Amino acid sequence: MIKRTTFIWSALLLLFGCQNLVAQSGFTAEAVAEEVEGRKVLLTLVLDGGAASYLLESKTAEEATWKAEKSVLPLELSKEGRMTVAVENYIPIQFRWTALDAEGNVILQSESEAVETGAKWFNPYRTGIFIMLLFVSGLILYYIESAKKAKEIYLRPIAGLNAFEEAVGRATEMGKSVLYVPGIMDLDQVETIAGVIILGHVSKMTARYETGLNVPVSRSLVMEASREIVRESYLSEGRPDLFHQDMVHYLTDDQFAFAAGVDGIMLREKPAATFYQGRFFAESLILAETGNSIGAIQIAGTGSPAQLPFFITACDYTLIGEEFFAASAYLGKDPKLIGSIKGQDIAKAGIMILIGLGVVLETFGFSAFRELFKAM
Amino acid sequence: MSVNILGGWIAAFLTLSIFSYLYKDNPFYKMAEHIFVGVSAAYWGTLAFWNQIVPNLFGRLWPAAEYSSLEGFNVAWYKLYHGLHFLSRSIFPISEDGTIIGIPGDQTQNLTYIFPFILGVFMLFRLIPSIGWLSRWSLAYVVGLAAGLRMYGYMNSNVLAQMYGTILPIEWLPELSFFGNLGNIFNTLVIIVGVLSGLFYFFFSMEHKGVFGTVSRIGIYFLMVSFGASFGFAVMGRISLLIGRFNDLIEYAHSQYYFATFILLGVMIVTLYVLSRKPDEASEV
Repeated sequence: MIKRTTFIWSALLLLFGCQNLVAQSGFTAEAVAEEVEGRKVLLTLVLDGGAASYLLESKTAEEATWKAEKSVLPLELSKEGRMTVAVENYIPIQFRWTALDAEGNVILQSESEAVETGAKWFNPYRTGIFIMLLFVSGLILYYIESAKKAKEIYLRPIAGLNAFEEAVGRATEMGKSVLYVPGIMDLDQVETIAGVIILGHVSKMTARYETGLNVPVSRSLVMEASREIVRESYLSEGRPDLFHQDMVHYLTDDQFAFAAGVDGIMLREKPAATFYQGRFFAESLILAETGNSIGAIQIAGTGSPAQLPFFITACDYTLIGEEFFAASAYLGKDPKLIGSIKGQDIAKAGIMILIGLGVVLETFGFSAFRELFKAM
Repeated sequence: MSVNILGGWIAAFLTLSIFSYLYKDNPFYKMAEHIFVGVSAAYWGTLAFWNQIVPNLFGRLWPAAEYSSLEGFNVAWYKLYHGLHFLSRSIFPISEDGTIIGIPGDQTQNLTYIFPFILGVFMLFRLIPSIGWLSRWSLAYVVGLAAGLRMYGYMNSNVLAQMYGTILPIEWLPELSFFGNLGNIFNTLVIIVGVLSGLFYFFFSMEHKGVFGTVSRIGIYFLMVSFGASFGFAVMGRISLLIGRFNDLIEYAHSQYYFATFILLGVMIVTLYVLSRKPDEASEV
């Protein structure tokens, strides 16, 4: 007859063992590879268990062995376990997902089906963005047309933009020049493009008031575009005689060397007004502090959130984010641009309504709505 | 004096020269500034040419190939390379025995790169005023391409990702304590109110008065608080950079560098003092 204590111990051991078995059987691994678009595969990696790290490998049909793609720590994985991997088009490729313990031993492995990518006209994963772009573009186009039909559109005053003319006027009165820095990035950044467009308006003012203009740049393409736009401004104001090529001049591509060069210009020429309009990085405070120390009226504008605090601290006026992008519409008073501002405002209102609706639905447990906005 | 010690002296001198700007504009700062700007401009120019244009453009148009294996169009195409080789042997090399022709590297031939090549040549036409207008095509291409490409990127990261991150449930989680739940709800509300009021601030076609004015004022408070936090964080980073420079200066002040920092600092202070005693030319006039 089995003793009662032995029975209890056996039962406990069995229960413990079963629990372990349950834990093991609940440990699953799955790798699903889907074609997203040319040269890109979306991997959904489902792993359930406490692995120390994961190894992702790939193999094409022609290769005999697995090739390591990357090692992934559990923390690096998103909740959904999704990641995109760059591949070559028209070559079937298979992925293997391996869970490793702390000693590097394989716990579990899963292989995906072979997947082949190719050039595509439409990426279904980006339908959400496509609809959003159509919605925003449609609104903007509609309001541009409305503005063209002479429908007056109200724009609230922005202090920084009203100060543009004041700053150039001050430089004129003092008989000093205006310094304009269109950021330190190339023309492939929208902030630089916006900065160069605003330069067109500022150079019109300097042409009108016969004030000196100095535009140091850090990229060759920006120099060419800025020269073109300044020349156009001086021509349109009927003062081509005041324009000279050296108004816009190249310093260097290097970030801090450029900052040192602009600081030197500020200390020697002592401009009465300085404009920082474009994309800036760590040099923003160096420039703005130097401008402040020479007593120049300073107007900054950028879309870089990390640099705005420095400009706000050291400049007289700062155009924050969208104010900066809206500046050319304000300064140029072109109905097309003003219409686009109105269109963007309506798009913003739509976005706010969608966020409000999403919060209510999410609170009541309808998560599908939020998933529509998942960035891809 | 070893190269290391000479390097230490130059580094200490340039660092102190840049710091001398804190006193006022002076010849040391001017010299360091001009060296910095000149050297970096040359460095970036060289880097762009040898790391971008040669391997990524020329390397794709004329990748290294065995001369005997060339056939069809490539025979004539590599004849053009021969002409370029004549202009510059270092940029367009040919192996000594003449069997390998083309830019060394692992690029494969892609003749569509002829278009960026042409656009690049157009930029150089600015040097010839009569056809300088062609450079506008290159500029238009870059600006148009940037606008189109960024439109998707901004919509994805600045709009959709922001919406996804803001649509949060105001939930009462049973696993959290009363205060834990309150904190959770408060955090969610801060995010939602912050984003919505911040968006209100950026409404341009509406007068910010009454309720709209109040909401937009809340928005600007949120923006200012975030800017303050960002400012503090960045200042911490800058202090660590300053400590890095001081560490170097302290190292160069040791005997193994023959007290470079102290000697240079002394020479600079004396020179600046002498210069400050010299009557200003402008005031004499």
